[in-house]
Amino acid sequence: MTARSGLFPGLAALCVLLFFGSLLIGPAGIGPGAALSALFAGGDDPLALVMREIRLPRALLGLLTGASLGLAGAAMQGYLRNPLAEPGLIGVSGSASLGAVIAIHTGLAGAFTLALPLAALLGAAVAVLLILILAGPRGGSITLILAGIAISALAGALTSLVLNLSPNPFAAGEIIFWMMGSLADRSFTHLWIALPFVLIGAGLIATTARVLDALTLGEDAAAAMGLGLAQARLALVFGVAASVGAVTAVAGVIGFVGLVVPHLLRRAVGGRPSALLPASALGGAAMVLSADIAVRVILPHEDLKLGVLTAIVGAPLFLHLIFRTRRETAV
Amino acid sequence: MWGCVPAIRAISLALAAWLFTGLAAGAETPPGRVVSINLCTDQLAMMLAAPGQLVSVSYLARDPMSSAMVADAAAYPPNRGLAEDVFLLQPDLVVAGAWTTPATAAMLERLGVRVERFGIAATPEEITGQIRRMGALLGRDPEAEAMANRFLDDVARLAASAAAAPRGRAATYHANGFTSGTGELSDLILSLAGYRNIADEIGLSTGGHLPLETLVLAVPDLVVTGERFPGVSRSEDVMGHPSLDHLAARAETDAGWVCGLPHILSAVEGLRE
Repeated sequence: MTARSGLFPGLAALCVLLFFGSLLIGPAGIGPGAALSALFAGGDDPLALVMREIRLPRALLGLLTGASLGLAGAAMQGYLRNPLAEPGLIGVSGSASLGAVIAIHTGLAGAFTLALPLAALLGAAVAVLLILILAGPRGGSITLILAGIAISALAGALTSLVLNLSPNPFAAGEIIFWMMGSLADRSFTHLWIALPFVLIGAGLIATTARVLDALTLGEDAAAAMGLGLAQARLALVFGVAASVGAVTAVAGVIGFVGLVVPHLLRRAVGGRPSALLPASALGGAAMVLSADIAVRVILPHEDLKLGVLTAIVGAPLFLHLIFRTRRETAV
Repeated sequence: MWGCVPAIRAISLALAAWLFTGLAAGAETPPGRVVSINLCTDQLAMMLAAPGQLVSVSYLARDPMSSAMVADAAAYPPNRGLAEDVFLLQPDLVVAGAWTTPATAAMLERLGVRVERFGIAATPEEITGQIRRMGALLGRDPEAEAMANRFLDDVARLAASAAAAPRGRAATYHANGFTSGTGELSDLILSLAGYRNIADEIGLSTGGHLPLETLVLAVPDLVVTGERFPGVSRSEDVMGHPSLDHLAARAETDAGWVCGLPHILSAVEGLRE
């Protein structure tokens, strides 16, 4: 089976639509015409500042964050052959958060810019490795989820500890940002920090596409086809770590994107992991952009966290998947 | 120190308490061992107490981020504002903030210590009210009266020159994008420096969360951001957002912005420069 025709153009069109929606919706009610002309004409007037320095980076970061999380989710699920493997749920995002928080609060991130995404990448890589060791390709869902709970809990606790130790009175209040994520008032600086890592991560994940397809036939079959499994595993670990780490470092933990999106799109791509990768990237971008529009529509004057909305959508689906997995194993 | 950040106002309460203690204190002998456990009462007490009368101030009085009287505070043993260490100092009067440490104050009262609570002062009348009340409590009425009158003269002079030469519109923009409303202490400082707070015109007259893009589109002439605390926080990031660089003149708050004291005049001078 192949991807349904029209799937990719449809998803891309949806992303474009939501991208412009994200640009046009904000607490300051600006007419769409004025907003777009300010965006393209530029200049030094306040309208252009709002469009170019506040809304454009936010929309771009939404696109980037969603695409990374969707892609990472699809890649991990393909490799582990388990629909529950989601970066947020299994502690990869939480560990990336911990890395970022350590980099920020030790002053490393202030000393050199790349320390922030690198530390987040390192945190995420440790979590991915732990998950692969603990759950492995042969491990069942229970092991995967239990390992994920342990890693998430530890990462969350250590993140809170670091923030509570900070001499800054505001730091402790930011525990919620690191656990729920937000794109509010981020600037181009944050986009430039994350972008290279996201691109490298996506490139690494893309190299695993054929292996992921072969793995649907089982590990032995994949090995028999002469595909480098060890190499693919390495590419996957660092690909997922780089993309999840980079976006978590600037946007916090946004959960469930990598769970919901591959689940919704799996049938449309005929269950082929290699086709699910780009589809999930587009779908993830669409989901985060919609959530980021929704937080601004629901509570325009508060900084409602993105993760609140993705969890409201994602957690029931997660329960449904657990229920189904349990029924399948019982049969 | 958070109690000093104008958030809740208790003018009537403060006034009633002042009248009451003003009447009661007149007849008594002034207290000999006074302990202050609030940043704002620390500074009021240090300015007004007789030598030896004030035995301890809170540790915050030594923090240059919040206290305008760091050098003076070095002469007093600091306390952490806990009932235990305050009680062991054997005070006959404790001055405290009305909102910051209710449990400590109540505990001290249960132990038989007289506690006087000071609310938030955000207008010249409230500030002089607190000066006079502290003077009455410490048995230093003439000093307090002189300080209050000097302050009112300075305020009148500044207000006249602000009215003569208005400087435009200003916004305060603190961590997490919070802005202060009209009737708060920063509003008084802005107006004495000749600025009009934009909080009213953007519908945030009580203060609150000011979205960054609303701030940019309001095009203020001056953006006053909070002073940065040590360490790092994402909450303070927004005060350094690139869109603010192109927008308006910038100023930072300092310890003079924290408490309703004559020290606000130095904050006003800072803005006028």
